[in-house]
Amino acid sequence: MKNKYRVAIIIPCFNEEDSILSLYSEIKETLFSEEVVVTPVFINDCSKDNTRQIFIDHNINFIDLPVNLGIGGAVQTGYKYALRNGFDMAVQMDGDGQHPPKELQKILEPIIQHQADVVIGSRYITKEGFQSSTLRRAGINYFKWLNKKLVGVTIFDSTSGYRVLNKKALELVSEYYPDEYPEPEAIILYALNHLKIAEVPVTMRERQGGQSSIRTYKTIYYMFKVTLGTIFLYIRLKFNGKRHTI
Amino acid sequence: MENVIPYRLQIIAIITALSFMFFIFRLIAKGKLREEYSFIWITCTALLLLFSFWRNGLDVIAKLLGIFYAPSLIFLGAIFAIVIFLVHLSVVNSKQHKQIKDLAQEMAILKKKLEEEEKSKQEANLN
Repeated sequence: MKNKYRVAIIIPCFNEEDSILSLYSEIKETLFSEEVVVTPVFINDCSKDNTRQIFIDHNINFIDLPVNLGIGGAVQTGYKYALRNGFDMAVQMDGDGQHPPKELQKILEPIIQHQADVVIGSRYITKEGFQSSTLRRAGINYFKWLNKKLVGVTIFDSTSGYRVLNKKALELVSEYYPDEYPEPEAIILYALNHLKIAEVPVTMRERQGGQSSIRTYKTIYYMFKVTLGTIFLYIRLKFNGKRHTI
Repeated sequence: MENVIPYRLQIIAIITALSFMFFIFRLIAKGKLREEYSFIWITCTALLLLFSFWRNGLDVIAKLLGIFYAPSLIFLGAIFAIVIFLVHLSVVNSKQHKQIKDLAQEMAILKKKLEEEEKSKQEANLN
């Protein structure tokens, strides 16, 4: 019999008590192709609400961080866990229900076919489903331009967190993964380490609970931080050949 | 030599510098200050001591550098040292940030593993 692909679904949670249960049952109900076995791994990033208690009460598989690490650190915890426990792939899925589990099979496909190392589920290839605000789209276009200039890769939705990594990519991100707003920076990381990136159109939903980590008054900081992070990561990888310091 | 500081002030300066040095040494001896951070402070106190003994040293160096108003040399030197030290602290801070993150992740993963093992042990006991 053919070996099955073990897929860890990493769900970073910070105060997501409203949405985790429905997300969990949705994952359980979703049908995947035969060669795929999925395991949801929730990461509780020191939530202050009932998130942790819900995990315990419903016997949900979760990792409990002792201190709040933010989205990047929480996701990296999941990546490290997946790598050490012999998973073949890991997918990041937001805890607020933006990323529908039924779209997951589509994103897994390019890795199963050995066509890519990293697959990004993208909102903007075919314009279906929730499309977010004009301002946010302008920002995303800017990152598209920045990525194209720096590494020559065109990614339509570089802020999308809905992405699958294979083992090769997992080894890379368990060594270094950006901290605060990791998604656009990580693309530079993958591209400069010669990982093949594929983008697959998915339909996303509007968040069901919680707040976006990028709120209006933080937008300027976000743009600034990500631009700086992207450019410095580019310089570091390009000219030092070092993959991780700090 | 009318520009040289009076003796009384010099004595105060020497005492201050010596007590500062004593304070730093005590911190190191007690293990409250790591040697690598104490280096800059020992250098600072040494400089303080040097200038409290060498009375017209500041004027000599200022003249050498072409600085018209000698006391501004003190501010220049002090601010430069402070900025360098602050950058150094930011570097230390960033390093610790990464170390703490790695430790927290390691701990969370180990805790998870431990819980899993305990659970399977309990199940084995039940059977």
